[in-house]
Amino acid sequence: MPTTPETPVADTTVTEGGVEAPYTGKPTPVMPYAADFAIAPLIEPRLEEGARDRTMILNMGPQHPSTHGVLRLVLEIDGETVLRVVPDIGFLHTGIEKTCEAKFYQQVVPMTDRIDYLCPMTNNLCYCLAVEKLLQLEMPPRAQYLRVLLNELTRLQSHLVWLGTHAMDIGALTVFLYCFREREELLKIFEHVSGQRMMGSYFRVGGVSMEPPVDFYERVQNLLNIMPSKIDEYQNLLTGNPIWISRTKGVGHLSAEDAIALGVTGPPLRASGVDWDLRRDMPYSGYEKFQFKVPISNDCDVWARYVIRMDEMRESVKICQQALDGMPEGPIKADAPKVVLPDREVMKTQMEALIYHFKIVTEGFAVPAGEVYQAIESPRGEMGYYVVSDGTAKPYRVHMRNPSFATLQAVDKMCAGRLLADVVAVIGSIDIVLGEIDR
Amino acid sequence: MQDAYDKAAVLAEHGSNSAIQAVEASLPGALLDAKFDRDELTLKIAREHIRATATLVQKAGYNFLEDVTCVDYYPAEPRFQVIYHIVSHKLKARVRLAVPVESIDPEVDSITPIWPSADFYEREVFDLFGIRFGGHPNLRRIMMPDEWEGHPLRKDYPVEGYR
Repeated sequence: MPTTPETPVADTTVTEGGVEAPYTGKPTPVMPYAADFAIAPLIEPRLEEGARDRTMILNMGPQHPSTHGVLRLVLEIDGETVLRVVPDIGFLHTGIEKTCEAKFYQQVVPMTDRIDYLCPMTNNLCYCLAVEKLLQLEMPPRAQYLRVLLNELTRLQSHLVWLGTHAMDIGALTVFLYCFREREELLKIFEHVSGQRMMGSYFRVGGVSMEPPVDFYERVQNLLNIMPSKIDEYQNLLTGNPIWISRTKGVGHLSAEDAIALGVTGPPLRASGVDWDLRRDMPYSGYEKFQFKVPISNDCDVWARYVIRMDEMRESVKICQQALDGMPEGPIKADAPKVVLPDREVMKTQMEALIYHFKIVTEGFAVPAGEVYQAIESPRGEMGYYVVSDGTAKPYRVHMRNPSFATLQAVDKMCAGRLLADVVAVIGSIDIVLGEIDR
Repeated sequence: MQDAYDKAAVLAEHGSNSAIQAVEASLPGALLDAKFDRDELTLKIAREHIRATATLVQKAGYNFLEDVTCVDYYPAEPRFQVIYHIVSHKLKARVRLAVPVESIDPEVDSITPIWPSADFYEREVFDLFGIRFGGHPNLRRIMMPDEWEGHPLRKDYPVEGYR
C-alpha cells in the first residue's frame, strides 16, 4: 500500500476566502488521491464460524482465454459453487476519451474504430451521428442507406465472432470454423469498400468516405443469398445438441427488473423479456424506413441470449436486403463544403474545393457549442456518444457509453450460486469486448 | 457552452414533461435551470437534491439509467458537471440531468441506491475526475491503477501525462 502523498501545493482548505463548501463542511484536498481511500483487496474471504478456509478466492484471468480479452474476474468459491464475482477491469485503458480532446473532430473517427474491434463501423456511425447532430447536418438518403447496410453487416460479423467464440468456450470447437468462414467474406467486403479489413473509418462526419466499388452490391447480394442457409447450418450444429442445451438452458438467469437495474442493454436485455431496441424505438440514420422484427424471449438465460442473437442475424440479413433493394441514387455526402472533404477530382480541378480541403485538413471545422448524446443499437447493446463542443474545431469532451461496461456489472447477479463452469458460459453469453470496456 | 439555458422557456414549452412536473411539484429548489437544445432536454439540478431528483424522475417513468459521466469546465466555477442520461422505455424519451459541482470538495450523492448500474459509472467518474460519490458501496479506482496520482480527464492534466 503506497503512502499518502505530500499535501499538494494547491491543497488549501480555503475557508477564509468565504468559499466555504456548504455540503459536508469537511475541507478536502483539491485533488483527492486514491491513497486517501483504503486500497483493500477486491474480495476478502469470508470467515464463517468454525471454518476459516471454507471459501476460496480464485483469480480468473486476465490471461484466461475465455474472458475474451484482458478481463480479470475475482471469484469467491465454495467448492464448485461461485458465491461472488468481482470484475477487475482497466488493463486495456488507453485514455481514448482524453486523446479525443486533443484531436480535430474528423481525427476522432479513426480512434472510434479502435474502441471495439468487432463493430468498428457501429462506433463510427455513433460518433458521426453525434457530431452531425451538433452541426445539425442533414444526411442524403443514399448515405443513410449505405450506413444502415454496412452497420447491419457489421452486426452480422460481430455476432459471428460471438457465436464462434461462445461455442468454443463451451466446448463446441467446430462452430468457430464455420463462423469464421462467413466472417472472412464479410471482412473482405469491408476491405473492398474501405480499404481495411477491420478499422475502416468508412463513415465520416457528413456522409461516407467514398462511393463503394461497382461490384460491391453484387458481392453483398451473393453473401445475403447464402447467409440464411449458413445460419441454419450453425443452428443445426448447436440447437439440438444435448451438451449445448445442458450447458446453456437455465444458466445465468437474469430477471427483467435486474437487467434494467444493472444497466443491461441489447440482446441480454431482450432475452430477459424487455422489448427495447433503439433501432425501432428511437430510430436514427433512417432505420424508421426498414421493416424488421425485434426478437424477444422470456427465458432470461444463456440459451435465450443465443436464440435472440441467431434471430437477430436473420433480421439483419433482411435489413441488408431492404437496404440493397431500396438503395436510392444521389450524393453520398452532405452538402456542407466546410465540413465534408471534397472529392479528389474536384479538389484537383477547382480552386474553391482545394481551399476548403486545405482548411479542413489543417484547421479542422468549427462545431457550434452545445452538447448531444446519441445512442444507437450496437451488436452488444446501447452504444452512446456524449459529445460536448465549445465552438472550436476540437471536441471539448467525448464520452462513450459502451454496452459491455454496464453489462459486466450483471455478471455477479448471473453467476452467484451457480457452478464455476457456468461463469464461462455467462461471460460468453453477454458478448463482452474488453476494448470498449476499458477504452 | 453554458449559455443555452433558459428555464422559463423550457417550462413554458415542455411543462407537460413528466420529469419536469415531478421535480417542480415535489422539490421546488432542485431545478436550477433547464434547456432544450437539439431535441434534448437538460435539467440542471442542485447537487444536494440529486438523489431525490433521481427517485422522482424514476417514478415519472424514466426507468433506465444509461450513463453517468462528467465534464470539466476548468477554470470556470462551478468547475464540474456530473451528467446523467436517463431514458424512458415507455415514453421513448430521454432526459439529461446535469449537476454542477464546485472544485472545492467535489462530492455528489451516489445514486446507486436507485440504479445499481451507477456503480461502475460513478467509479469511473471518481477515477478520472476525482469527484467523490457519497454513499457509494465501493468507491475505488476502476481504470487507472490503485496507486495512480491525479485524475486524467481533468483539463489541467496534460494529455501526454505528467513526466
